[in-house]
Amino acid sequence: MSNFLFASIGKKFIMSISGIFLFLFISVHLTVNLLLIFDDSGELFNLGAHFMATNLIIKIVEPILGLGFVVHILWSLVLSYQNFMARPIGYLTKSRSVSSTWASRNMLILGSLVLVFLVIHIINFFWDIKFNPGKLNTVYINGGEIEDTYTLVASLFKASVIYDILYIIGGILLGIHLSHGFWSSFQTLGLNNRNWMKRLQRISYIYAVIIATGFAIIPLYFLIKF
Amino acid sequence: MADKILKKLNIKVWRQNSASEKGRFETYPIENISTGASFLEMMDILNEELINEGKDPVAFDHDCREGICGTCSLYINGRPHGPDTEVTTCQLHMRKFKDGQTITIEPWRAAAFPVIKDLVVERSAFDKILQAGGFVSVNTGGVPDGNAIPVSYDDAEESMDAAACIGCGACVAACKNSSAMLFVSAKVSHLAKLPQGKVEAKRRARSMIAKMDELGFGGCTNTGACEVECPKSISISNIARLNREYLVARFSE
Repeated sequence: MSNFLFASIGKKFIMSISGIFLFLFISVHLTVNLLLIFDDSGELFNLGAHFMATNLIIKIVEPILGLGFVVHILWSLVLSYQNFMARPIGYLTKSRSVSSTWASRNMLILGSLVLVFLVIHIINFFWDIKFNPGKLNTVYINGGEIEDTYTLVASLFKASVIYDILYIIGGILLGIHLSHGFWSSFQTLGLNNRNWMKRLQRISYIYAVIIATGFAIIPLYFLIKF
Repeated sequence: MADKILKKLNIKVWRQNSASEKGRFETYPIENISTGASFLEMMDILNEELINEGKDPVAFDHDCREGICGTCSLYINGRPHGPDTEVTTCQLHMRKFKDGQTITIEPWRAAAFPVIKDLVVERSAFDKILQAGGFVSVNTGGVPDGNAIPVSYDDAEESMDAAACIGCGACVAACKNSSAMLFVSAKVSHLAKLPQGKVEAKRRARSMIAKMDELGFGGCTNTGACEVECPKSISISNIARLNREYLVARFSE
């Protein structure tokens, strides 16, 4: 098994599986986040966030998710290093845009930028929600007292134009990363053929556009409305 | 109508005396090249001039000069086999270049393809991958009657499309990771799609991938550059098949 994990296709298999796991996470994450813009009182989002925080399945999946991120990042570094070593002397002239997309060639850079965004994002919200609940106010909804996550998120977006722009850029970067990553993960698993090649690539772009606009629209909404 | 003449070109070419010595670029001006000349004919003219001047001619690989042997290589102006699609360098014509242009010619760059001299690289790594599994070792018996072994039209077509690979190495040269996945996938696919080759499909994928990794080729990141630069337009759907064969082989153990 150990040679499988370090064979070229084995490493790509790990990237693909962890990537698909992260697609699922990001889709759920976006769904809950969109509650932010459908109810300005924040009640809907607070209920959604409370459900996510207390749901047993989510609690079980959460550490696996963390592991998914770590594996995806570590393996990408190992892969990139080995791919880099496969060409000790580079070319003087390159016309790469003729034959491949920018996103497909720069997944490491895109991924690194998304990681930088992720760290900022965790410091902004996740850390306080998870480990510093005293910082959050509480609200009463339907007779129960729950954390006011909405105010934490909305106040940042209402107060800071810089954060708004940062989150918009974060969403777009993630979308570009996924535009290649989505179909690529199926290709790596062998779940592709000449009929599905174009279809998968198209689905990949649609998925990427949904994720990018979905995440970008939230700070944009607060930027324009407040 | 006579072909136009390119009055002057600057040929910037990689010169390296041997595998162990360091290389460098050198620029040679060349005059009056017909647009009807092939790229390799231009190289021949350049070499004749170099020989007349008492200089060492530029070493480059070539053989059939009709696009079927896969011997000619050359990374021309940032692209394997130069600025044309579905051609080898011998099929590339000088009409693809402009008068006064500087043409940069580099060897294939990959750890697994070391430079022997100038533009000639050692491509025996491909042979080693083939020796690892690119064959049918089961006894296929005598020559069967026509149509005795049923092969569907689609399978036959896909197999033939993959078999069009001439092993030139443009996929490795084009890939940002110097990955040989397109080559390996073509060799695995053209056999895996036919009844005689299907028997050993899993073992073949495993041993060829193991050899590919051992020889220092990079991994595939699905940029698709190989397919675009391949003179035979081998589809990256073959890479999906290779991944599938390999993963099934690993997980069925």
